[in-house]
Amino acid sequence: MDLNMNVNAPHSMGTTIIGVTYNGGVVLGADSRTSTGMYVANRASDKITQLTDNVYVCRSGSAADSQIVSDYVRYFLHQHTIQVGQPATVKVAANLIRLLSYSNKNMLQTGLIVGGWDKYEGGKIYGIPLGGTLIEQPFAIGGSGSSYLYGFLDQAWKEGMTKDEAERLVVKAVSLAIARDGASGGVVRTVIINSEGVTRNFYPGDKLQLWHDELEPQNSLLDILNAPPSPEPMNI
Amino acid sequence: MSSIGTGYDLSVTTFSPDGRVFQIEYAAKAVDNSGTVIGIKCKDGIVMGVEKLIASKMMLPGSNRRIHSVHRHSGMAVAGLAADGRQIVARAKSEATNYQSVYGEPIPVKELAERVASYVHLCTLYWWLRPFGCGIILGGYDRDGPQLYMVEPSGISYRYFGAAIGKGKQAAKTEIEKLKLSEMTCREGVFEVAKIIYKVHDEAKDKAFELEMSWVCDESKQQLRKVPDDLLEESKAAARTALEEMDAD
Repeated sequence: MDLNMNVNAPHSMGTTIIGVTYNGGVVLGADSRTSTGMYVANRASDKITQLTDNVYVCRSGSAADSQIVSDYVRYFLHQHTIQVGQPATVKVAANLIRLLSYSNKNMLQTGLIVGGWDKYEGGKIYGIPLGGTLIEQPFAIGGSGSSYLYGFLDQAWKEGMTKDEAERLVVKAVSLAIARDGASGGVVRTVIINSEGVTRNFYPGDKLQLWHDELEPQNSLLDILNAPPSPEPMNI
Repeated sequence: MSSIGTGYDLSVTTFSPDGRVFQIEYAAKAVDNSGTVIGIKCKDGIVMGVEKLIASKMMLPGSNRRIHSVHRHSGMAVAGLAADGRQIVARAKSEATNYQSVYGEPIPVKELAERVASYVHLCTLYWWLRPFGCGIILGGYDRDGPQLYMVEPSGISYRYFGAAIGKGKQAAKTEIEKLKLSEMTCREGVFEVAKIIYKVHDEAKDKAFELEMSWVCDESKQQLRKVPDDLLEESKAAARTALEEMDAD
């Protein structure tokens, strides 16, 4: 064990974040591990942040950078909503995030996924990776854990899923990434946004499905060791 | 007709004892002396028409446009002092492109109208600026459908089904009120606008005029366009015929 751990290193969210559209809205999902180097600074963080009543953002990368960007955009969106007199659209929120990310690309290190619902376009997901591209996608993944999900989602995502199918897909994806990525862990949080409103769900780490090597060994020699002890010899 | 505000009308920063700002009212008179401009909201879009009084026979027909495109989806027809109008159009274009850059979507027509009105109003607040001597009819088609706004020199902006400014505005408003706009398509609207402009044109006082029309509707793919030449000619011919029939009575 490394006793010279630097607990003052910048907080980084190793992270797995995901946003998925379904028939009627979007489901956003994230893990909850915030690490400073090898030390887990927060094992139950909330990486899905509210921007407006109907738009949320998943944050990854530098915790400080992503928080500051979210705070600015929340402030701008609040003013915009007052001026226009109706809820901001997801596209406007995503564009504001993009402008900040792109203009400050030399200083920021944060990948964001903006997701929400508005009455004109319905449920929409926008990915804004490092560098500040803006890309509208049917689903988006981000963070260090996302490397393990590209193939999985290419196969598993379908157009026109129901709300429950979409949430199950998100939980499954995040838990798969947590299993393989050391920088992701903790619990799985999801946020569902549709015309009716916003629902937050929480899936504790120990309630998640086990994958592959995590499953109990079967027909292993270890069974002999774990077998109940031989019956006591009889005393005549 | 006109009330003289002796002493209280020298500056736009002076109120009269009965609560009026005379400079703004005088600015409105500049609009009333200009050729008629009308706009109507039909069920599938907006049609705007201008009675361009021709100052000289040497002017090239089709030049000196009075209806300007502000953004792809909206346009402004200006009445009153043309140079002032140019300034407002430039500002509106700038507001529209700025909104698009910051928010990533075309400026909602309501927002555009508010910004134009705010700018016009700005120039009624300082003694070292004079009010704009123009009225504006703003028509646009955004994701909330077609919308028509009118901005006066005072900076007031309202949303309308039909609006008219300029010399023949009273007569034009009466005619517009007779129309069943909610059932009319823009194609039909073009004919109605032409008829109204020909009707309110005063043959005795003013010489020749040129009719200019633009629309933004489903047929133009929600973009501001000149009314196609063939349709324009048809509507002019129909308007002339309608006038003759009226005179014949």
